[in-house]
Amino acid sequence: MPASEGAPLTTSSELVERIRERAQFVRLETVRLISIAKTGHYSSTFSCAEILATLYYGVLRLRRGDPAWADRDRFVMGKGHAAVGLYPILADHGFFDPELLDGYTRLGNPLGDHPDMTKVPGCDFSSGSLGHNLSVGLGMALGARMTGRDFDVYALLGDGELHEGQIWEAAAAAGHYGVGNLVAIVDRNGYCLDGKVDDIIAIEPLADRWRAFGWEVEEVDGHDVPALLDTLLRIRDREIAKPTAVIAHTVKGKGVGFMERDFGWHLGWLAEQDEAAVVRELKDEKWI
Amino acid sequence: MDLNTESLIPLGADGRPMAEGTWHIPSMLLKSPGLLALGEQLGALVDEGRPVVVLTPDLSYSNGLWAFRESHPDRYLQLGVSEQNSVSVAAGLATTGLQPYVTGFASFLALLCCEQIRTDLAYTQQPVRLVGHHSGITFGFYGTSHHATEDIAIMRSIANMTVVAPADHVAMGALMRAYADHPLPVYFRMGRGREPLVYQPGDERIQPGKAIVHSLGDDLTIIATGTSVHPSLVAAEELRGAGYSVGVIDMHTIKPLDVAAIRAAAERSRGLMTVEEHNVYGGLGGAVAETLTDHGIGVPLLRHGIRDEYALIGPPTHLYRHYRLDGPGVAEEARAFLTSGRITSDAR
Repeated sequence: MPASEGAPLTTSSELVERIRERAQFVRLETVRLISIAKTGHYSSTFSCAEILATLYYGVLRLRRGDPAWADRDRFVMGKGHAAVGLYPILADHGFFDPELLDGYTRLGNPLGDHPDMTKVPGCDFSSGSLGHNLSVGLGMALGARMTGRDFDVYALLGDGELHEGQIWEAAAAAGHYGVGNLVAIVDRNGYCLDGKVDDIIAIEPLADRWRAFGWEVEEVDGHDVPALLDTLLRIRDREIAKPTAVIAHTVKGKGVGFMERDFGWHLGWLAEQDEAAVVRELKDEKWI
Repeated sequence: MDLNTESLIPLGADGRPMAEGTWHIPSMLLKSPGLLALGEQLGALVDEGRPVVVLTPDLSYSNGLWAFRESHPDRYLQLGVSEQNSVSVAAGLATTGLQPYVTGFASFLALLCCEQIRTDLAYTQQPVRLVGHHSGITFGFYGTSHHATEDIAIMRSIANMTVVAPADHVAMGALMRAYADHPLPVYFRMGRGREPLVYQPGDERIQPGKAIVHSLGDDLTIIATGTSVHPSLVAAEELRGAGYSVGVIDMHTIKPLDVAAIRAAAERSRGLMTVEEHNVYGGLGGAVAETLTDHGIGVPLLRHGIRDEYALIGPPTHLYRHYRLDGPGVAEEARAFLTSGRITSDAR
């Protein structure tokens, strides 16, 4: 069933269009919120905008306005620095007042650069320290088993995050225990802070790595909404006793040309004139 | 619980039990009643209806979880040699309403996993219990990698964390039960399970957050924690025999600290002494010193423990002797303090 209880969507093409529109909403809100903070992770968020939108508007089983529903599917964000793209979605699901977005990162506001589950309704786990949340997601997935609940856990991981050793501790344990309700989505945008992930420390052959740890592997274009939706729904609705890794091939900075060409936009800020140009480019949407 | 401890005994080439004294990893448990008790106490928490799940990083024989694994296999989660993963998995389990306990050597649990504990348990307010056993220098000649003389300092500097160091396995059982439904993480600090018993089951003095005042002394009150409580009681007895008025407080809960007990001792005694199997920086001694300063109390304080160094190689009992952390050693330190001139009025 579609995630959100908004206007019922009668066809999958309508759903795809809605997800595409919400992905652009994520990008535009990211630009707006970062303008408030005067610093933020533009390109890391742009690379996963379609992934976030597909999960929250097409895959996750959620109840609008009920962030603590015990049977909801869980989403943990290993790459917590993309939280600026998650907050608008959580507000859009009625988990908290959208007006809070206007005070993003300002003194006492619940929304910071990295997500805090104790402050943000709908945030299933805090993050910011890379490498932790696949383990946390594994604990949630095992907890579902032990408490007799039937929910799935999705962990969004950065590809640079896969340098962390703890990822592979969790991967080994999830493979060993055949945790079929755990899905890791790798935002394979190719870059970390200092440059290309594979120039820094190679993570290829990535699919083979996951398979060697006992995981099913799917590869998909992380900006192709129909393909993402099809892949994630297929994983959701099949019953196998193995965790699944989705390698989502993405472009860091997707949607803004100069960001796609310069990895330095991992973190930054745009003065008013440059921000206006970025908004125009995003609204143009010719790249979709 | 009726455990088949015979299965722990090693069998020789002829299939028969080997000579008395021969031991291996499983049979070592038979020499560590405190560790066997841990497994049984955790089982009792499940039997009382709590949604307890116990995680071990490949140490079920080294910490007595063997007993729990035998009795409650469905609540037991083996995660292999991956302490950091274990702590973060426990965080995820806790979000589903379970009460996870992560057990491990104090050195690896508190030091290796410090950041997972801070970020995934304490910051997020998850009710996960950490049981760090073989704390201090009790691993002897296994060396500094296996020692933990920093764990109290680390754990008590983490907001939302409660830090508890029971004197023996009776106190451990009582305090584990007392904190069983605490909504925030707790760090339990244990020795190697061979400590002499200080308490008998059912002792109602064992209450969370409340120091056990064995006695107060006019000359000196020793404030000890964990494995240092028993030696401090032995030392106090020896000093009393020499004519000193010496008391002992068991400060099993280091955070939150029983400030009232410290103030009462400071009002009564001419000097205070802390004893802990931990660096003299940042642990119980540091906590007591902070408290005295906060309250403007100028009583002389001797912080006894490991003096900002790494322990020598040696068997545990020899190390306790060397570092004056056994009964006679604590008494020597106390006597030197009492006669040092730091305690000005009327030290005999």
